[in-house]
Amino acid sequence: MTAPPHALNLVEAEASGPASYPAPLAAVAPPSFEKTGDPAALAEIARQVRIKIVRTIAQAGLGHVGGDLSVTDILTTLYFGVLNVDPATPAKPDRDRFILSKGHCAAAFYSVLSLRGFFDPAAVDTFMKPLAALNGHPNRRKIPGVEANTGPLGHGLPIGVGTAVGAAITGQDWRTFVVLGDGELQEGSNWEAAMAAGHRKLANLTIIVDRNRFQQGAGTEATNTLEPLADKFRAFGWEAIDVDGHDMTALLRVLAARGTDRPRAVIAKTYKGRGVSFMEDRVEWHHKVPSAEQVEIALKELSL
Amino acid sequence: MSAPEAPRPAGAPETFDCRVAFAEELIALARADSRIVAVCNDSVGSSNLGAFQKEFPDRLVNVGIAEQNMVGVGAGLANAGLIPFVCAAAPFLTGRATEQIKADCAYSQYPVVLCGMSPGMAYGELGPTHHSIEDFAWMRAISELTVMAPADPQETRQAVRWAATAGKPVFMRVGRFKIPAVNRPGDSFLPGKIGTLREGSDVTLAAIGTMVSRALEAADLLAARGVSARVLNVSTLKPLDEETILRAARETGRIVTVEEAINVGGLGGAVAETVAQHHPVPMRILGVPGFAPTGDTQFLLDHFGLNAKGIVEAALALLGKGAH
Repeated sequence: MTAPPHALNLVEAEASGPASYPAPLAAVAPPSFEKTGDPAALAEIARQVRIKIVRTIAQAGLGHVGGDLSVTDILTTLYFGVLNVDPATPAKPDRDRFILSKGHCAAAFYSVLSLRGFFDPAAVDTFMKPLAALNGHPNRRKIPGVEANTGPLGHGLPIGVGTAVGAAITGQDWRTFVVLGDGELQEGSNWEAAMAAGHRKLANLTIIVDRNRFQQGAGTEATNTLEPLADKFRAFGWEAIDVDGHDMTALLRVLAARGTDRPRAVIAKTYKGRGVSFMEDRVEWHHKVPSAEQVEIALKELSL
Repeated sequence: MSAPEAPRPAGAPETFDCRVAFAEELIALARADSRIVAVCNDSVGSSNLGAFQKEFPDRLVNVGIAEQNMVGVGAGLANAGLIPFVCAAAPFLTGRATEQIKADCAYSQYPVVLCGMSPGMAYGELGPTHHSIEDFAWMRAISELTVMAPADPQETRQAVRWAATAGKPVFMRVGRFKIPAVNRPGDSFLPGKIGTLREGSDVTLAAIGTMVSRALEAADLLAARGVSARVLNVSTLKPLDEETILRAARETGRIVTVEEAINVGGLGGAVAETVAQHHPVPMRILGVPGFAPTGDTQFLLDHFGLNAKGIVEAALALLGKGAH
């Protein structure tokens, strides 16, 4: 054997990455809200998150507002009530892992991360602007607190199975949480991962399905039937729990509890566009952008 | 998969299945570093992971026949601080899980080592579904993914050792089709650099993986005809060592590329992109022209002219000399 080959580097161009990459966002901003076990306080944070989402989408002129608003209470409960994460050290080894498999709901994710103190909430105003760190789908190399570059559907759960297996191999007790859209459960990769998680009895893995019953163009059941969804997970060796995805008390209770001998699937019943009357439960708000007038109405409703 | 081998003729070089060196090196690394884990798709046998599984049963993650999940799990294991070697037959690893390789490994920059076992036409008679001739083109198109094809057991060991600490995603071919050693003991392996195995001034033979030993053989035959052929071992296909390619273009004026892969988008494509933009020279791109007919690996390589004779003919054509 020759000199240690791993001391050598590949050519410079590859090592430094494409020049078009902006500098990552600076980590750490004072959190806008502290972690809390009070459901009423969580609901108030979620209201602020929704206001931020609507403003962000309106300013960008792009986004997935319907799914952002359906997943808001889930993300808020996780980040402000459940997850062991530290914005001051986003990569601390014993952090809980959170993966947003429905990466298109980045506006909700960025709003929650920034209000939690991972970066300056003002930076969310750069959402989808040219060369901004805040792409339409999250990028872990640019945004503190992001674990995986999601966007294509059906990727988050396999990665989450990997982190959960990794914790099991290394004997660590941190947990893995993955939020999935319901429509993306039509991707086969999820069921490969569900089978592996059930087989391995990954009690440290919890998924939350944002069950708003709509995909991009129509209802899930009108497109490719998912029900009986909880039973499907049970058949794969999971514990499945139905919960009201807008009830902070219920979400807090269900998400704080750890599985005992198998992975947990929390089927969170939600409404697309939740919190804005004219968007709620309407498929057309999947990625429609509100007009100036509609933004005004939405913000008024969210401020009541 | 193949018929029992005939005994080696006297004088013929000893040949090696690179999976043996791969497995031995992986086990040596795993003994020294508890972060090393192997992930596979029901391929403990074909990935030659039996001994690894026996010694490290808790560090062998067999996800079953599920390649998309397998690669995603690899990225998750890397997130958890482990060093995953994700092993599967190359056609299924690269074809079935392309998007996971792109998004979860390359774009997310998780240092997963993707090991494409039995690449090229190693599964000869099993046919084009089981051939991995597209992997170079597919993997080369993915940004920030290193693509390697070690040419012999020694280089396989060195590539495995390097990839474990590279801190970036790597795809490497691990050959099953038996090949002779092309590097001498003590030869240094430079990741990202092309090895010059033989100097020459009339034509350059740039080869990768299983084709390197054949290029050396061709250089001998060419020397007997008074042609001085330079032989390059392109063990890292991406990033390509453009400096060595362009020096060869300037100094020899002609390049033949040889790969056990489809003849678009692989080594030939990479070299052509480089020379066409910086120092155009006449080229011949030798590879597999399309879906292969039935036959064992040796038959198919000969069928497509991927042997010393075929390389010699291409070089002589570039030199304006007939083969006879």
